[in-house]
Amino acid sequence: MGDGPPSIWEWIGRNWDTGRVDSISNLLTDHLTMSLVPIVLALVLALPLGLACVRWRWLYQPTSGFMNVVYALPSLPVFMLLISVTGLSQTTVIIPLTFYGMAVLIPAVVDGLNSVPDHVRQSAVAMGFTPLRRLLQVELPIAVPVVLAGMRVVAVSSISLVSVGALIGQGGLGGLFTRAYQNPFMPPVIVGIVLIVALALVADGLLVLAQRLLTPWVRARKGTAS
Amino acid sequence: MITFDSVTKRYPDGTVAVDHLSLEAPTGEITVFVGPSGCGKTTSLRMINRMIDASEGRILLDGEPVQNIDPPTLRRGIGYVIQQAGLFPHRKIVDNVATVPYLLGWDRKKARARAMELLERVGLDPAFAGRYPFQLSGGQQQRVGVARALAADPPVLLMDEPFSAVDPIVRTSLQDELLRLQSELNKTIVFVTHDIDEAIKLGDRVAVLRVGGKLAQLADPKTLLSEPADDFVREFLGHDRGIRRLQFVSTEGLRLRTDLTVTEDAGDSGDGAAEPWLLVVTGDGRPVGWRSGARPAGLEPYGTYVHGRDSMRAALDAALLSPSGCAVAVDGDGKVVGVATREALDAALAEAADG
Ligand SMILES: Nc1ncnc2c1ncn2[C@@H]1O[C@H](COP(=O)(O)OP(=O)(O)OP(=O)(O)O)[C@@H](O)[C@H]1O
Ligand SMILES: [Mg+2]
Repeated sequence: MGDGPPSIWEWIGRNWDTGRVDSISNLLTDHLTMSLVPIVLALVLALPLGLACVRWRWLYQPTSGFMNVVYALPSLPVFMLLISVTGLSQTTVIIPLTFYGMAVLIPAVVDGLNSVPDHVRQSAVAMGFTPLRRLLQVELPIAVPVVLAGMRVVAVSSISLVSVGALIGQGGLGGLFTRAYQNPFMPPVIVGIVLIVALALVADGLLVLAQRLLTPWVRARKGTAS
Repeated sequence: MITFDSVTKRYPDGTVAVDHLSLEAPTGEITVFVGPSGCGKTTSLRMINRMIDASEGRILLDGEPVQNIDPPTLRRGIGYVIQQAGLFPHRKIVDNVATVPYLLGWDRKKARARAMELLERVGLDPAFAGRYPFQLSGGQQQRVGVARALAADPPVLLMDEPFSAVDPIVRTSLQDELLRLQSELNKTIVFVTHDIDEAIKLGDRVAVLRVGGKLAQLADPKTLLSEPADDFVREFLGHDRGIRRLQFVSTEGLRLRTDLTVTEDAGDSGDGAAEPWLLVVTGDGRPVGWRSGARPAGLEPYGTYVHGRDSMRAALDAALLSPSGCAVAVDGDGKVVGVATREALDAALAEAADG
């Protein structure tokens, strides 16, 4: 047996599932949790807030102003601040990522709802839709393409931002990068980058698929335009 | 019947869009609101289905104040068609048409069957059912809009400039289609337009509104043309009011001559050779052209109208299309029944001007 550094495949084989917290499979699961939870939370929170901003127009300026400030905050000091409340837990990463997601999704929801042509809204009213039904069956479905476009941005940025959490010991696959400081050994870095990019691509692909399934009327439009 | 009882609409900014409007839109008839831009046509229409609430006065639907009916319920019983059609871009045509039946809780199968029936009724190929609205032309979308408004068979139909965004040829066919549908369905229709010709063509009664939302005149089209209430109405009707009035004069009384036709294969038959113009017809009676006594070699163009069905305006138009100055009267199948000469037209016009 040679004494040289192990090849990347050997390294992956040895570290994939060691049962320890820093095995690659564990890091991958953590990474998924810490990026998916904020995406879902951001959507769940942005929907009612976006609706409120459309319903009461004066709300939109202050809300989007606040969200932009939040978005501008560097994540590291935010983590530091949150540690005093939520400790060195995944929650400390999930909370700021959720806010970043909302900063993108609230305007997306507002733009999406504003993309409903006025004559379409009027004819829904004239046909006897109640306001709730109109929202659920007409306005939200028409807003879906714009909201999904926002979701794609949020998904990719969340997945990549999680790694910053490694600085407080909660970075999912980002943990593979911190090791490189201690020891200039490349395989973990390469594995980290490849997995994160792969996750982002898969998430984006799933969202594109969702878009096709949910909004065939948009796909059809592109089909005839080209 | 829809009754406007001294209805006024004042917008929050103080604009009076409709001013003490009182009129009736009788059951089973088309009542047209016509007037210049901003005269309150849309506002008046939307007060009927409560998309806008009146500031003063009442609107009654068969005697029941619309104020007493909860808006969604009221609206499901009133079809509504607008200029841009307002179709839902995310729903297939069949589901667009079935919108109100779905809202009324019909089961999906029944609602869709009804939608298919209506697509056919408004003259659309059933193949369109599975398409999305953007895949249709403007005229087709407008037909879908009409089908959607009719889907739950509402007794009342409100139409706000439904045909003004399509080209003139499509507009004419949509108007004819509406008249055909109306002859079958007998809805109570309130139709808004700024086009006086459309108003006269479609309206059983025409309400002319002036800016400020005041009723200038309410009359049937013929009366409107012959007895405009004031200068505003006269001006709004336009300069060729006299010609347009001929639309309402029947051609039944027009005297026809039957001795001015020759069959094309018969060659130069002697009878009527003294006449300056002879109409050449085919063996089965269809017109071919006018033969001039001065230039017997070629044939000159002709114009036809359907005798008894078309108006004097059509007959006059037909006469003006031909150098002979005569109109060719045909029957419903396009076969010549006679010729209306200048003398005959003249006599009929004199009569129309008197009556
Ligand atoms: N929401 C509103 N607030 C204030 N004023 C309004 C509002 N809607 C309409 N108006 C005004 O009321 C008047 C009547 O408007 P309305 O839309 O009923 O006219 P219209 O006859 O349908 O015109 P058009 O032929 O251009 O469609 C106009 O002067 C218009 O500017
Ligand atoms: Mg209008």
